[in-house]
Amino acid sequence: MSERAIRLKVNGREYQRTVEVRKTLADFLREDLELTGTHLGCEHGVCGACTIVMDGEAVRSCLLFAVQADGADLLTVEGLAEGEALHPIQEAFWEHHGLQCGFCTPGFLMTLYCFLRDRPRPSEAEIREALAGNLCRCTGYQNIVLAAKAAAEKLAATGR
Amino acid sequence: MGPVETPPRRAEELAVIGKRLPKVDAWGKVIGETKYADDLILPRMAHARLLRARHPHARIKAIDTSRARALPGVLAVITGADFPPVKFGILPVSQDEEALSTEKVRYVGDAVAAVAAVDEETAERATELIEVEYEPLPPIMSIEEALAEGTVRIQEYGDGPNIHKLVSLEFGDVEEGFREADLIREDLFYFEGSNHLPMEQHAAVARWDPDGKLTLWSSTQTPHYVHRTLAKVLELPMSHVRVIATPVGGGFGGKSDPFSHELVVARLAQLTGRPVKCTLTREEVFYAHRGRHPVLMWVKTGVTRDGTIQAMHFRSILDGGAYGSYGVASTFYTGALQTVTYKVPRYKFEGCRVFTNKPPCGPKRGHGTPQPRYAIEVHLDKIAEALGLDPAEMRRRQVVEPFSKTANHLTITTCGLEECIDRVVEASGWREKHRRLPPGRGVGFAASSYITGAGLAIYWNEMPHTGVIVKIDRGGGVAAFCGSIDIGQGSDSVLASVVAEVLGILPEDIRVVTADTDLTPVDLGSYSSRVTLMMGNAAKEAAEKLRGLLLDAAAKKLEVSPAGLVARGRRVYLRDDPERGMSFAEAAQLAEAAYGTLAAAGSYRPPRRGGKFKGAGVGPTPAYSYTACVAEVAVDPETGEVRPLEIWIAHDGGRALNPLLVEGQVEGSVYMGLGEALMEEQIFRKGLHKIPSMLEYKSPTTLETPEIRTILVETNDPEGPFGAKEAGQVPLLPLIPAIANAVYDAVGVRVDEIPITPEKVLKGLDQKGKGQEPRVGPERFPRVSFPEPIRVESAFGQPADLSLKRE
Repeated sequence: MSERAIRLKVNGREYQRTVEVRKTLADFLREDLELTGTHLGCEHGVCGACTIVMDGEAVRSCLLFAVQADGADLLTVEGLAEGEALHPIQEAFWEHHGLQCGFCTPGFLMTLYCFLRDRPRPSEAEIREALAGNLCRCTGYQNIVLAAKAAAEKLAATGR
Repeated sequence: MGPVETPPRRAEELAVIGKRLPKVDAWGKVIGETKYADDLILPRMAHARLLRARHPHARIKAIDTSRARALPGVLAVITGADFPPVKFGILPVSQDEEALSTEKVRYVGDAVAAVAAVDEETAERATELIEVEYEPLPPIMSIEEALAEGTVRIQEYGDGPNIHKLVSLEFGDVEEGFREADLIREDLFYFEGSNHLPMEQHAAVARWDPDGKLTLWSSTQTPHYVHRTLAKVLELPMSHVRVIATPVGGGFGGKSDPFSHELVVARLAQLTGRPVKCTLTREEVFYAHRGRHPVLMWVKTGVTRDGTIQAMHFRSILDGGAYGSYGVASTFYTGALQTVTYKVPRYKFEGCRVFTNKPPCGPKRGHGTPQPRYAIEVHLDKIAEALGLDPAEMRRRQVVEPFSKTANHLTITTCGLEECIDRVVEASGWREKHRRLPPGRGVGFAASSYITGAGLAIYWNEMPHTGVIVKIDRGGGVAAFCGSIDIGQGSDSVLASVVAEVLGILPEDIRVVTADTDLTPVDLGSYSSRVTLMMGNAAKEAAEKLRGLLLDAAAKKLEVSPAGLVARGRRVYLRDDPERGMSFAEAAQLAEAAYGTLAAAGSYRPPRRGGKFKGAGVGPTPAYSYTACVAEVAVDPETGEVRPLEIWIAHDGGRALNPLLVEGQVEGSVYMGLGEALMEEQIFRKGLHKIPSMLEYKSPTTLETPEIRTILVETNDPEGPFGAKEAGQVPLLPLIPAIANAVYDAVGVRVDEIPITPEKVLKGLDQKGKGQEPRVGPERFPRVSFPEPIRVESAFGQPADLSLKRE
């Protein structure tokens, strides 16, 4: 097994690690950095639960190798809140019951993090389109869409 | 503490119950802090993988593990021989599973060996080095094959060579009812099986301590039954086994059985002296299965001209897969609840479950009842059309009487179905739309009922089905302990809300400690929609005992009568002079000084109200929930695609303890029903699962899920805590037939087979174009040697006997 040294930033913190070249980024985050908030639901890029932000883009960490993140700046669900203050998207999911079992939630939050940055005042159809790559089996998506709308409003109100 | 003596308080007096409050566990879930089973990392933890059979049916001749053992990094390799020769299964009558198969494999995916290694990859590679010599046996892959095959047997027990269970019951004389009918109709339906597809793949971690005690963390809906199974299979005293259910990342019934991997990690932890984790892959989740049974159904109903049902005869054949699982209960459930929605004065049920060489089926949301509900609601739609009646109105006139008994001796308490029907008919514009929309557009109606918790436990005994302990500390902190497990449905929030309401504090003031067999009283598990009602009643009892002590102690201090005090807003005070009082914490200190440590227990056992015949154990419940649904769809005649446009659903779940959470359960049920109605299917080719991946097993996304209009119809049921019934299962049931009936309204094609795929719609349209009967579905019902029915007098129309209360 071949290994390689990588250096990357996760949630504002620098890490240097040696990883097997075949290790996925999701496994690296969960096992090596113990950031278990990033979840795996299918391990082949379908369910979206493992979505994180890499250099400003929402990506599926199960479809990337850790070595591909060498030099990258990552944001995971653990880095979304600022101290004790929840990010407006997190707050909206909590208030609007946008989750039940919560397993898919980190993926939805990270997808929306990029989407709402690029599209601050989306229509419902645009929200549904943006979230079509994330599966949730509990909510019927209704409150997720509602939370996304509320998050857009909160973000607009706070100027973020 | 019977329900009649303490009627629920008026809504306006309640501070927490009935409020739209966020889930108490949402915070950990939005920051990524909630630890699901696969998130657990223990020092020196090893990783396990299972070797699974690649034959659907084969005898195991030899297993050679030597090459796997020699691989560096491998800590232990085990086969079935490394376990005591003890079989297990969720039901006492179907103890037919082994931790690892010893003599035979019965489906592709059956586990035969397991490896613990320093990491998951090494464990996986080692499983590939295990050599298993198989003698292939003829696979049995369908209901027809199972009924026809007399020599080759999958299991060595049951009611026939490959028949697991045969049931035959008759309540009243159905032939007499058919003679009184103006119209008799017979129909055939088929409902394909489907997987629960929980987002979280099953995972378990075991730790074996040097004192011989085992701890298992697992993503399970039923820690109590996993506890029993571990003790049985590993031949340990139950007192040496601790099972902790971790927050479950979606269950829907799929994590309600004890599983191989849970037993395997326990044994491997014992052998290696290290904690061992096993997380199933998505493919393995499809093998572990226990999902919706494929069911072939025949129904015959006799009605008078106005649509009044005189008699119904229902037959079902369930394709059970290779093991028993919950199958006996599933079989009864395909017949038990037919009488609970509409008045059915005479009823006959014949059920059969066969074994096939496929992953075992079990309970999925609605357990055994969505299939017959689909059949009956489409069947009634056809009857209404034949009689020229409005299908919603015809059903409305036949809704069961509240506080009455059904033909098969089930006791109905509250029933808000009439109002549910009125509300969805009104909201959807049903009367203006049905048979009046342009071609390609249609509306469909259906209704349903479901149990609020099984009236009988899986293991029949005199003990409670659930218990809650509440403890108050000197700072006013409150902890509530219960064996229940939150699978997303919100049971932690229900526990906190009920205790908070009674003690006059807020849910956020309460620490809930759940699903730990060492720390919490038994709760039977998150299945059969039982937790809100049962745990809620137990929590209420425990909290009321403590409130009594707090009010007594505060009354002495204030020199008033405790009857004049209330606990509310984190205070205890005089109802008529709110300024006179004290903080909750001060009342707690006074009570502890007066009565000692403040802890109290409550427990709950459902009333025993079923019939006295064999098979009466499935169907009874403290209270039934009700739903009515209208679905509007667009059907593309070119592609056959069915697009749901809008869903109106009205739900009677008793009083909604938290409407936000109840609506969430309704919406989730509608979504899951849509997936089953239109696309989800667990299907096989030559013994192999055809699509065991999330990519190919299609489920609805945000784009296929329409706007869901939820209406809560609140009855106030005397059995439930503050009047609550269930919410998590009944709303799935009407959705599927409502879609089927809407497709018919849109294009005039009857798809009598679930899922309603574009292919089937096109086939029906093609038949229609050729002037043939536009129907797609099963053509025949195989001959089954059902036994002579157990004949029982119909109890239809008798008043409910509420004196048979819980103890």
